[in-house]
Amino acid sequence: MHLKYESFVREPLINGNKTYAQVTEDICRPIEQKPTRLWYMGFIFSLLLLGFGAFSVTWEVYWGIGTWGINRTVGWGWDITNFVWWVGIGHAGTLISAILLLFRQGWRTGVNRAAEAMTIFAVMCAGQFPIFHMGRVWNAFYVLPLPNSRGALWPNFNSALLWDVFAISTYFTVSLLFWYSGLVPDFATIRDRAKTKLRKRLYGVASFGWTGTAKNWQRFEALSLVLAGLSTPLVLSVHTIVSFDFATSVIPGWHATIFPPYFVAGAVFSGFAMVNTLLVLVRKIFRLEDYITIGHIEAMNKVIVLTGSIVGVAYLTELFMAWYSQVVYEQQAFKWRVLGPYWWSYWAMMSCNVVSPQFFWFKKLRRNIVFTFILSIVVNIGMWFERFVIIVTSLYRDYLPSSWTYYSPTWTEMGFYIGTFGLFFTCFFLFAKYFPVVAIAEIKFTLKTSGDNYKREMQALDEKTVEEFIHVAEHAH
Amino acid sequence: MAVKKFAVACYDDEAVLFPAVDKVRNSGYKLHDVYTPFPVHGLDVALGQKETDLHIAGFCYGITGTATALGFMSWIFTKDWSINYGGKPFFALPAFIPITFELTVMFAAVGMVLTYCYLNQIMPGVKKHVFHPRQSDDLFVIVMEITDPASEGEIVDFLKTTGAVETDVQIAEEGWWYGWWHKEEAYQNQKQLA
Repeated sequence: MHLKYESFVREPLINGNKTYAQVTEDICRPIEQKPTRLWYMGFIFSLLLLGFGAFSVTWEVYWGIGTWGINRTVGWGWDITNFVWWVGIGHAGTLISAILLLFRQGWRTGVNRAAEAMTIFAVMCAGQFPIFHMGRVWNAFYVLPLPNSRGALWPNFNSALLWDVFAISTYFTVSLLFWYSGLVPDFATIRDRAKTKLRKRLYGVASFGWTGTAKNWQRFEALSLVLAGLSTPLVLSVHTIVSFDFATSVIPGWHATIFPPYFVAGAVFSGFAMVNTLLVLVRKIFRLEDYITIGHIEAMNKVIVLTGSIVGVAYLTELFMAWYSQVVYEQQAFKWRVLGPYWWSYWAMMSCNVVSPQFFWFKKLRRNIVFTFILSIVVNIGMWFERFVIIVTSLYRDYLPSSWTYYSPTWTEMGFYIGTFGLFFTCFFLFAKYFPVVAIAEIKFTLKTSGDNYKREMQALDEKTVEEFIHVAEHAH
Repeated sequence: MAVKKFAVACYDDEAVLFPAVDKVRNSGYKLHDVYTPFPVHGLDVALGQKETDLHIAGFCYGITGTATALGFMSWIFTKDWSINYGGKPFFALPAFIPITFELTVMFAAVGMVLTYCYLNQIMPGVKKHVFHPRQSDDLFVIVMEITDPASEGEIVDFLKTTGAVETDVQIAEEGWWYGWWHKEEAYQNQKQLA
């Protein structure tokens, strides 16, 4: 006998009078209906962005990397900034799906599917940047440890840049497997209720022939748990390794041991902001307010204020360490970072990342949808500036004053970045239309403990004495 | 695979399913399987299934990944093609850790998912018989195999007493993996039974 009880004092995670059938109906409805006009408009707009990005990249590949604004001094510009930014965004998805699963946080079930999708699409976008930054992109496979025709030549396994190749590809693969293994039973649900032949066939293939026997589910749970256990250190390792790209170098402003935790906190911070941006829209458009509740949004805003404050402490620690180290190069780098020609990017970062999330100490603002939406975008802008500040303001004035420079991007660089938005939103629109955006099976699993109607029944139970409570609970089923 | 006759009982609540499973297991009739729309905790125990060993497989794959990464990098940098990077040692163990970790995770995850698909006999293109279209929606389905044609009515009557909201008798192909390729044979078999 297991006890399905959660005090009615806790906020329900699923609102309204839901039954299992109603859950299926609510989540499958958008998939079975014709897409709305809003969907078409958004999808076509994303495709246009993607097209412009493809054009910009083609231009860069044809004419060479010189079409970008990067130069001898500032070798990394928007490209690596965008790479780190996109990878960071992905982190929230894995945090929600893996770490919150291990912590048994029930609220993750409402948002994990969309957040994991976001992770996968964000990592896809991120991967583009280092690849095209190589210039001769047709040689990109040189990073793989393949036996080759150039003699026994291997990549340098001691290089942080090569660690990145392994980290990002592992991250993408594991996230995809985790996401899809959860999708299989939900595809089976759509297959079993499909009215058209084509839908039955397509979702039949996508569902791998899943039927949901007791043994299948037992293995399913074992797999989820182990994949969550693997993803948890993985997600921490990925941004740690990304931070090694900087921290293992000897550039003032980069050479800091604080980087790994600071990057991971920043990644979670920006990722949750992006999840909020997307889910505020998704819940509205697909009328999923009962599943992605204000409580969910508030929980994510709490993570934002926590990680935002961690990032703020990291910024101040960096300044302190620069002063305390007594290294003149380090001190000068940070002086210029705060007050030099790029002062505006530093202060944009500070105000967006450290000051703005502090509003979330107020419960009223945490539960305000419009405020959350605006702030989530502010945070994402701030986190982009953080990467820009770290990369560009550490490079533009190097050890040789004659090579000091001021970097600004060209249209091809901007077009590339815009194009990745196109890729991200094209994928996300397709996902939102054809995939169950909320994990159906997992929601059903939490329905009887956290559903509104079931929680109301708990009220009577809560008021009973301990002996009575045990008696009732034992005869619950 | 073989085509057989099955008695199907549907339940609309876990609270009814658990006592029904107990009764079915004690009835002496042959239980085929139980289908649920989501993981019902404790059902595997109620059915007397042992815990899966999938995680042990995952551990083995992970160790393989660790060994592959460490062995490969060490062989390359100490035997195959040693390169002097700024006077650092050829066998630079700390620098090998990140890739070793990543490959451990990669091997464990990919290996486990493939094993999971194999054990559950699922892959794109596989079609299995769905006893009730709502078994992935809101119904919990117990399927009994009718081994003796004479006991058909008896089993259905018994299932009705366990609190089923719906009962049914179906002729279905039991096979999963092979059901896809042995359609012709299955068809012949079905005609015989009917």
